[in-house]
Amino acid sequence: MRFLRRARRTPTLLVGVGMLTIVVLAAILAPVLATHDPAQQDLAAILQPPGAEHWLGTDQLGRDVYSRMLFAARVDLSIAGIAVIAPFVVGVTLGLIAGSVGGWIDWIVMRLTDTVVAFPFTVIAISIAFAVGAGATGIIVAVAYIGWVVFARVVRGSALRMRESGWLAAARGLGYSRARILFRHLLPNVMPQAIVVLMTELVVIMVAVVTFGYLGLGVPPPTPDWGTMIAEGQSFATTKWWIPVIPGLAVVSTGISLSLIGDGLSDVWKVR
Amino acid sequence: MTAGLLRIRDLTIASRERELVHGVSLEVGRGEAVGIVGESGSGKSLTLRSVLGLLPNGVRRTGGAVELRGRAGLVLQDPLAALDPLMSVGAQLEEVCATAGGLGRAAARARALELLHLVRIPDPEARRRDLPGQLSGGQRQRVVLAIALATDPELLLCDEPTTALDVTVQAQVLELLAGLRAQLGLAMLFVSHDLAVVGRVCSRIVVMSQGAVVETGPTERVLTAPEHPYTQMLLDSVLTVPEAAS
Amino acid sequence: MLRWLGRTALSVIPVAIGVVIAVFALLRIVPGDPARMILGEQATPESVEALREQLGLNLPVWQQFVDFVVTLVTTGSTGDSLQYGVPTRELVLDRAPITLGLVGLAVLFSILIAIPLAMIAAVQRDRLPDHVIRVIPMVGLGMPTFWIGLILILIFAVGLKWLPVGGIGTGPGEPLRSLLLPALTVSLGFVPGLVRSLRAELVDQLGADYVTTLTAARVPRHRVLGRHVLRNAAIPALMLFSVNIATLLGGTVVIEKVFAINGVGSLLFSSISNRDFPVVQGVALFCAIAVVIVSVLIDGIVQLIDPRARAQRGGAVRRRREASGTQEERA
Repeated sequence: MRFLRRARRTPTLLVGVGMLTIVVLAAILAPVLATHDPAQQDLAAILQPPGAEHWLGTDQLGRDVYSRMLFAARVDLSIAGIAVIAPFVVGVTLGLIAGSVGGWIDWIVMRLTDTVVAFPFTVIAISIAFAVGAGATGIIVAVAYIGWVVFARVVRGSALRMRESGWLAAARGLGYSRARILFRHLLPNVMPQAIVVLMTELVVIMVAVVTFGYLGLGVPPPTPDWGTMIAEGQSFATTKWWIPVIPGLAVVSTGISLSLIGDGLSDVWKVR
Repeated sequence: MTAGLLRIRDLTIASRERELVHGVSLEVGRGEAVGIVGESGSGKSLTLRSVLGLLPNGVRRTGGAVELRGRAGLVLQDPLAALDPLMSVGAQLEEVCATAGGLGRAAARARALELLHLVRIPDPEARRRDLPGQLSGGQRQRVVLAIALATDPELLLCDEPTTALDVTVQAQVLELLAGLRAQLGLAMLFVSHDLAVVGRVCSRIVVMSQGAVVETGPTERVLTAPEHPYTQMLLDSVLTVPEAAS
Repeated sequence: MLRWLGRTALSVIPVAIGVVIAVFALLRIVPGDPARMILGEQATPESVEALREQLGLNLPVWQQFVDFVVTLVTTGSTGDSLQYGVPTRELVLDRAPITLGLVGLAVLFSILIAIPLAMIAAVQRDRLPDHVIRVIPMVGLGMPTFWIGLILILIFAVGLKWLPVGGIGTGPGEPLRSLLLPALTVSLGFVPGLVRSLRAELVDQLGADYVTTLTAARVPRHRVLGRHVLRNAAIPALMLFSVNIATLLGGTVVIEKVFAINGVGSLLFSSISNRDFPVVQGVALFCAIAVVIVSVLIDGIVQLIDPRARAQRGGAVRRRREASGTQEERA
């Protein structure tokens, strides 16, 4: 396929996919790669620095940081991955319809967008999570309510450009039904840009998931999560700085890999 | 042969992905008007811009030589984009006058007004305070011309200067160009996709296609006895006033 | 000016209505009894019923909404705090200045850091400085702001001991000194995205025809950059800020927890712990209103400083004047 050929020649994409594969594999193979049970406490060996027995040391309850990191990857990545689905589907659909049909539907979608955007993401997400309940469900529901805006905006822009170029009118003139135009013609055209945005949104959502964990609104203990690991390690940061810092590095690395993929894809697909 | 004002030899220009201009050579003598014709993508604009080294982002000269013996002024296609939209036309022109001639504010202003008169802007004292958006297309292009003339050039580089204008205005601007050339002894390198316009204004024509020169010669010869099929095609597509139906 | 006010009102009013509806609906987005949700699973039926009465949840929904709006318009509150019993407006406005001060400082830092970086990257496009600077958005977008805060605390407060670790001090240079590190943190979270957008805008401007025209006319590069490109990029940049103000505010709210700052954010968190829902609504509403007001302000500033907008306003006067004069030949 032409895509694969061009993809192979794009270094950003390759590096990004490579990095993400490592992270995802680490998450999937966590049970295999872990050296200890992430929930197992060892109060005799708390706050150990990285060493032979515990590769990344232990936390304040004697749990192995390395193993917790792996399992936290599972938790955070899967929540982010699931959370992004609804916003993607809803946002792309709304954007398509608003951009191609226009009129009052467009106006309503725009006002809806403006309303959502007026609230800071974190504030509204926290409030929704409060109402729904903390934990994975809270985050997923909160993101579903507000995460669609970015996709809607971008897709609407693309659809609008296609409408204004007269392309839509031509297709209608040929007698194609609205639905057919939407799904078989418009959708494939807006997809590349939507997917590039998807990569950026995944980063944003992942950071939000980790932030929720940090704020105590994430998955309950003892399930490890990068955010809670940072929060718990905060008190010991002065002496055992690696406990809060290393999970953050994991988040940053995952973010980098996703950004690289997004950049690489936009190069391959020649998206603006 | 007198030393030409401009000599381009074997010019190659490329972007990161492919070569856009291959081995173009042409010459412009003092006071001469040479036209470059071709379709979009023929490389004519890039060739023009390379005279002053003003190639767009990501495009570079990769070979050949450009020898310019004298100063050149540039007139671009879209006068609305060619002027800073946030500054009055007077201020922009005065700025160029000041830096080009090392003039003080009062002297620059006087020179600017002089130039506006030269390009036949009506009521220059009032117009100089206008923003580019407030002028008509023809007036804007005259301002761009004034800016090009402010450096006291010997060669005028024109990239489709009339394409963005109404047909009636086109004629006026072309007339102005011809008058200025005669008055100031300017040479001109005139790029256009419109063979008819180039034919009116230039004494020699260079025909470009897909990044290379396909034909060159005196206007009359090229228009009446073209040697290259592409030139013939361009000729054929020029619309003439149809004969009245008898 | 009147036309601008009208246009602005037309776009702000629906948003304001939407915001109020959204805040009202916060408690009801999930099926179930809101009162039970607030009190939790262990609540006794009596306390649930009492809360329902207090919050007026037994009334029909439309009436609840009307009461909500009336309370909002008359007292500026989303109800009374369940914990303190005072109108939420008091609690929120009490903390607002600190948060707004933090945001203001963060904006200042963001501008000071992002603009030079974006300019260097744009001018040195595709060369080494550009590649180095472009790494910043790549790495920075995936960095949780609170994590940045932690690292900064480790470096500056603990390691170098230059600045306080948290809270608002009362010594000399306060509260500025205490807000320095938090504001820097928030801005560092904001800068990567800002650099990316600013750079893109500057690259667009640098490629514009007017830059070519002026450069061809021998205007020195530094003048082209300073007097023309920067000015042309300023207005889109302002719009950029306007769009991102919500993000900035959100980052501030989280940072208040990291640095133990007594602003609107910590009010939000304590209200969540205390299940004090009206206050949560109050904070959310405050944030949204702040964002809308700032957007309108920025839009107004743009209208004032953009010479094209000014010309439109002045043009009406001049056109009337000229109409009575001679008809000029338009070429």
